[in-house]
Amino acid sequence: MNTAVAVADAPAVSRTADPVVTGIGVAAPNGLGTAAWWTAVLRGESGIRPVGRFDASGYPAKLAGEVPGFVDAEHVSSRLLPQTDRVTRLSLAAAKEALDDAGADPAQLPDYAAGVVTANSFGGFDFGQQELQALWSKGGQHVSAYQSFAWFYAVNSGQISIRHGLRGASGVIVSEQAGGLDAMAHARRQLRKGARLVVTGGLDSALCPWGWAAYLAGGGLTERDDPARAYLPFDEDASGHVAGEGGALLVLESAEEARRRGARVYGRLAGHAATFDADGTSRLGAAAELALADAGVRPDEVDVVFADAAGERGADRTEAAAIAALFGPHGVPVTAPKSMTGRLAAGGASLDVAAALLALRDQVVPPTTGTSAPAADCPLDLVTGAARPAGDRPLRTALVLARGHGGFNSAVVVRGADA
Amino acid sequence: MDRLTLDDLKRILRECAGEDEGIDLDGDVLDLNWFELGYDSLAILQTTGLIERDFDVMLDEEALDDADTPRRYLAMVNELLAARTAA
Repeated sequence: MNTAVAVADAPAVSRTADPVVTGIGVAAPNGLGTAAWWTAVLRGESGIRPVGRFDASGYPAKLAGEVPGFVDAEHVSSRLLPQTDRVTRLSLAAAKEALDDAGADPAQLPDYAAGVVTANSFGGFDFGQQELQALWSKGGQHVSAYQSFAWFYAVNSGQISIRHGLRGASGVIVSEQAGGLDAMAHARRQLRKGARLVVTGGLDSALCPWGWAAYLAGGGLTERDDPARAYLPFDEDASGHVAGEGGALLVLESAEEARRRGARVYGRLAGHAATFDADGTSRLGAAAELALADAGVRPDEVDVVFADAAGERGADRTEAAAIAALFGPHGVPVTAPKSMTGRLAAGGASLDVAAALLALRDQVVPPTTGTSAPAADCPLDLVTGAARPAGDRPLRTALVLARGHGGFNSAVVVRGADA
Repeated sequence: MDRLTLDDLKRILRECAGEDEGIDLDGDVLDLNWFELGYDSLAILQTTGLIERDFDVMLDEEALDDADTPRRYLAMVNELLAARTAA
């Protein structure tokens, strides 16, 4: 591997001080709400379908992963409806689910002890499109005053903060797919500085004509129209990915706070590292290696890897090589449940962390769908076909990988509550 | 349109800014201030934008600051509309 940053010089942090995840909220194309989504994931049920939000028949890419059954008024007050894009509404729903799931009441904490750090890549794209259309077709008088913030990347953090009174250090991370992991790392920083609880993770939604134009310009979308053969990570027939919306938010707490209130713990955030492909050379493997070092975990202690899974031949080969270099060819179970949702920009890796935590809880690795077997040049033990229950060796430690458009790499290590 | 009624205002408020839980705009609201009605300055900005558009009128920013209840707001707008009709 290519990087050996002086991790040994980092201050020794007691492992028992690792922050813990106590709540999960999900809005995903194959299920709204954690329970519905996780059930679908374990069954291998895909949420990839022809685009329904707008008429995509004239575009080269015609499939998407859209969150089903989201009734805005059930999750968002009438005061907020005129001033929020769909991504903010999905975020508010996921945040409430996560906080309820954690049994956390931020109002009981001292002022500024709880914050929100989310990742986002698009901001309120659909909202912004409507206001731009109003501007150009009717004039400035017709543009909503709420456009001033409804479009903005940080708007989800802001609205969650207002709704739940989370007034501590907060912010937004913009590093595309890597953002879901980088946000968790920033949340961990805030906890180390004294915060007790941070709502973190990320969601994205840009399934509108303007968003589609951005996706198409960004490249990498498959142009196939058969949902079952469109997004095939690590398959020799891979043709690109499908874009989707949604993601996950997590309640990350200091171990001390979780213990104090006797919270149920899904697992702990044991390690993170981020790298950047400055010169066109992939440093995804370096991010993985550094995250393991940060966690104090050896490669042979990792029980499952959630792959970035680009679904593009070159990028798949690169990731497979990085994983094989760390763990050996076919050396560790690898999966990509995002094959059922499409790539969710900032929401993708957050959702993978949620999946990793539930995999550790339920002792089962969710499947990669579509792909029947990895290509010969991707020497991975890819979990395909059906979910794979843990055998003699329990699932205790998971590595989650993410690559963001433009050269971002990020890796997170999560360990089960008892690991 | 030469007159803004309370019903007009309530309809526009609901459209532009929704209605807070625990607030009934159909109740006795004329003399409650915007804050008591659950509206922040941005909600009133959005509402004012729509009224200016639909009634083809420009409201005075300083007068808006003083129009902090539905009664005062209606009086301010209707005074302007009446002056325009008379002109």
